[in-house]
Amino acid sequence: MHEFIEKQSKLREEDAVYDDVVMAGDGWMHKLKKGQSFRIVDLKGNQAADTMFYDMTNPADHYGAVATIVAQQSIYLTTGSILRAESGKPLLEITADLTGRHDTLGGACSAQSNTVRYAREKIYMHNCRDSFMLQLANWEDQFLAKRDIAPNINFFMNVPVTKEGGLKFDDGVSSPGKYVEMKALEDTMVLISNCPQLNNPCNAYNPTSIRLLIWD
Amino acid sequence: MKKIWSKVLCPGEKWSGNIGRGKYIHFKAMGDNANVSMLMYNMRDTSERYNMPDTLKAQYTAYLTTGNILMSDNGRVLASIIEDTCGWHDTISGYLTRKMADKRYGVSKYEMDRNDWLRSGEENFKVELIRNGMGPRDLVPCVNLFAKVYCERDGSMHYDREHCKKDMTVTLRTEMDMIVILSNTPNILDESKAYPAVPIAINIYEAPPVDLLDQCITRRHENYRAFENTWEYYELLGL
Repeated sequence: MHEFIEKQSKLREEDAVYDDVVMAGDGWMHKLKKGQSFRIVDLKGNQAADTMFYDMTNPADHYGAVATIVAQQSIYLTTGSILRAESGKPLLEITADLTGRHDTLGGACSAQSNTVRYAREKIYMHNCRDSFMLQLANWEDQFLAKRDIAPNINFFMNVPVTKEGGLKFDDGVSSPGKYVEMKALEDTMVLISNCPQLNNPCNAYNPTSIRLLIWD
Repeated sequence: MKKIWSKVLCPGEKWSGNIGRGKYIHFKAMGDNANVSMLMYNMRDTSERYNMPDTLKAQYTAYLTTGNILMSDNGRVLASIIEDTCGWHDTISGYLTRKMADKRYGVSKYEMDRNDWLRSGEENFKVELIRNGMGPRDLVPCVNLFAKVYCERDGSMHYDREHCKKDMTVTLRTEMDMIVILSNTPNILDESKAYPAVPIAINIYEAPPVDLLDQCITRRHENYRAFENTWEYYELLGL
């Protein structure tokens, strides 16, 4: 599953049981039931959706970036990729993909990583890990904590790696209206930060809204 | 240079302990094709731990070698790589799971094999995490010293079995007070059917104070700022 597998979804927007827009810089946390389909739409293009998953039957089992890429022996995610928990348990499968490149090595931005990557004065800027932590703080049982924020998926983000070991953040390969869709293979908690990063091209220096849809 | 401690980490063996900042940890592969999986946590706050994405993106690299720093999720330097004859250490392939060990090498049980049973990185890490007051919940992408995993243009991941040779070394300098967890278990992408059996010699020394011309500090502006964050942390603690 190495190359981009472009695939349209057959699901119709009007049949969705959930349909909402999450603005740039906002977070979102939601339980997906086993069998539900979940679509993230990049409304205006080049927007990174930083996403974590947790197994609802054992929330201590967070999304496993390495478990996911090692099982498919490829670092890029596209149609057919199984998104796994740290334990290796399959949580979701990507069932449709219009952009073909989703990153899981680049992680989420934080106030602290911004000080390292750009300048120490950037610590005031809004960032994904703050959005993650606010969602965890406001969630009903407050079971999840900072220790549960493991390396995540960046849907629509392009982080090419070369054979020589180079790694960089490139302009996104997404454009307005493109989406990625996945099916929950288990009851799964989804945690999203719609990335507010202004210091690199992952959002084309202009973070914008995403639309989230769920089907039974 | 004062040697503080030494140990041979046998094939399959695990180790964890607290190591203070300002130490050299010198690893030597006593055979070809070694792989030492390593996790690191801040001793004072274990929610701060080695962070693969932050480490890689700050240094624009998909592997680790001399001059690289191993960063925490709080933008600080847990350790730096000050010496490396190996040239490439992996951090994207994780640890050997029990499931993969059984599949690749056959089921190995203590009752039959006694202490020669084939251990997994997964179980070694889990036991040492529990020992240190954490648990499987705290598993994150680790560093695999001596291992080379590279990616082709299409993203496919490949383990290079010819990469690590006998007597190759790597030296870390600790920059924070840490819980370090080590597991001398095969790389999960090493497809050879024989369980690699390479002992690792570990020696820990007192390191001299870091100066501003240090290669790990000067390698990139990003590295310098991560060191500044680390120094600030200890200054505010009064240490």
